[in-house]
Amino acid sequence: METTKPNLNPIALSPGQIFWQRLKRRRIAMVGGAILIGLYLIALFAGFVAPYSHDRLDRDRFFHPPTWPRLQSFHLVVPRYEQQPGNFIYHPVADDVMPVHLFVRGEKYKLFGLIPASIHLFGTGDDKYPVYPLGTDQFGRDVFSRLLYGSQISLSIGVIGILLSFTFGLIIGGISGYFAGGVDTVIMRLCELIMSVPSLYLIIALRGTFPPGMSSAQVYGMIVAILSCIGWAGMARVIRGMALSLREQQFVLAARSMGATPWRIISRHILPSTFSYVIVAATLSVPYYILGEVVLSFLGVGIQEPSASWGLMLNAAQNTEYLKNYPWLLAPGAAIFVTVLAFNFLGDGLRDAADTKSL
Amino acid sequence: MIPLLLGVSLLTFLLMAMAPGDYFTTLSQNPQISPETIANLKAKFHLGEAWYIQYFYWLKNILHGDFGYSMAYKIPATSLIFERLWNTFLLSFFAMLITWGVAIPLGIWAAVRKDSWVDRGCSLVAFVGLSVPDVLLSLLALWFAAATGWFPVGGTQSPIHDLLTPAQQFWDRAHHLILPALVLAAAEMAGIMRQMRSNLLDTLRAEYVNAARARGLGEGWVIYKHALRNAINPLLTIFGYSLAALLSGAFIVENIMAWPGLGRLTIEAFFAKDSYLVVDSVVMATALLVVGNFIADILLAWSDPRIRLK
Repeated sequence: METTKPNLNPIALSPGQIFWQRLKRRRIAMVGGAILIGLYLIALFAGFVAPYSHDRLDRDRFFHPPTWPRLQSFHLVVPRYEQQPGNFIYHPVADDVMPVHLFVRGEKYKLFGLIPASIHLFGTGDDKYPVYPLGTDQFGRDVFSRLLYGSQISLSIGVIGILLSFTFGLIIGGISGYFAGGVDTVIMRLCELIMSVPSLYLIIALRGTFPPGMSSAQVYGMIVAILSCIGWAGMARVIRGMALSLREQQFVLAARSMGATPWRIISRHILPSTFSYVIVAATLSVPYYILGEVVLSFLGVGIQEPSASWGLMLNAAQNTEYLKNYPWLLAPGAAIFVTVLAFNFLGDGLRDAADTKSL
Repeated sequence: MIPLLLGVSLLTFLLMAMAPGDYFTTLSQNPQISPETIANLKAKFHLGEAWYIQYFYWLKNILHGDFGYSMAYKIPATSLIFERLWNTFLLSFFAMLITWGVAIPLGIWAAVRKDSWVDRGCSLVAFVGLSVPDVLLSLLALWFAAATGWFPVGGTQSPIHDLLTPAQQFWDRAHHLILPALVLAAAEMAGIMRQMRSNLLDTLRAEYVNAARARGLGEGWVIYKHALRNAINPLLTIFGYSLAALLSGAFIVENIMAWPGLGRLTIEAFFAKDSYLVVDSVVMATALLVVGNFIADILLAWSDPRIRLK
């Protein structure tokens, strides 16, 4: 005897699969996503990709111009540069070149902060022939290497900040919307208070509560704490609005009549219904956290020298003399731009893909 | 409005009270200043008391129009604050004029010519514009000013300002204002333009627009008299949000382009540990924002009769 199997429609897809298919059709979102994956991978392997460490000083080569390897008799070579006496102008020396190799042995570093290694992706292996793809800064440090090490800080702050503040925003917003009444009023007034201060002014006021002379790790934690402290409010407000309407729905009533605790209803029934909004909002908000770190470090109240962060590196470009003569100091600005653009591309695509009303 | 400002001042005061060390920690390390002087100063500002008592004294003074004394600048804080507030207001106001003056017509243009090359071009530029951080834009402007020498950088007027005729003085001030205002305007423009475009596209799909066309009204009349009036209203609501972004943007522009506004004052006061000045600046910036939102509400009521009736 044959059991009659329900005829499964081969095209029936889970909501996640539908979402993914819709997203795949938006090429620009995929480009944004690919750029981001690349950037985060490079940040992860910064020690390996960067030819030098973030604090290596080349005292003979301040403001060295970018050296791009060029092709010469089937080898990529970099020329040696000679400094014009008395100023920071360098000229390549003709016919004095050194081939660039892949996987050369160089300075020691720790991959992922754990595994000691000394192999770098590229380099000449000779300090007389340095490879500075983006030149050097006012202390003779390689801008490209610092950019990569800086991306570890600047890029991760965005993600960690979002995780923290959205977790708080979700929980607080969910509680506020579900219980309504007095709790809701108090929480919403607090949100309005936070949101009514122009954010940078509030950031500086918050920054004042931390003691000076913190270690790099502490500063990092501080920046995340400050940005999350402000960021949860906007999220909580939106989630609260969604929770207010969701709590009137039948499935919440059903859950309540089955004896589910408020915490279970909020975490299992209400918050999951807001996830498509949350993911889109998170992607579009990451740039604000990255820019928050950039501004703080730029103003000199964030990451401190000799650590590298994109904002701190841009600080050097504030000097108009430097800016005019050594425009490669603006490279971190370009990096920030590309990152923010990629997040916006991806976020826009996610929003369109999550919007099931349009096709 | 008032409770909000009280709340913000209380919050900032609390944060400042939590801050380790104060202006007197640095002062007391200075051997040239006697302990008696410091004690006098402390008594004058009630700095020995608990923070909430300090807060009430501060509030009492503020209500009497006295912002205290800037210990870092050695001048009364009232004039300092109001001078900086005026500069920030000038910068933000002109930036806003430029933003809305350019973004609204562009948004309308892009919506009316939907999917034309104008629309696509504007959308692309706006998308890129949304991603350029204020910091980078200000630095590029700084670089531009340094490279061409067309614009002065820093301050609101040149050192010889007092020697100029009134007409020259006006030009001198305008000349200093143009570049920072343009940078700030450019940073905010993309968002407003996109908003205007999508609002107008939404209203153009509405039934009453069809009805207006069916009655044989000209396209110009339909768009500008029927659709635009309704498309503008949501924009007035986001005016409040854009104002917050504008003030944060102004904070960055002021600090990079050396425009002596509230944002720059906040940072300077922060580094000088002049806590009262930081509190004052934060409260004044918030006041600017709150007043701006209030004006937006009035504008909305003026433009949308439905709100007035409520």
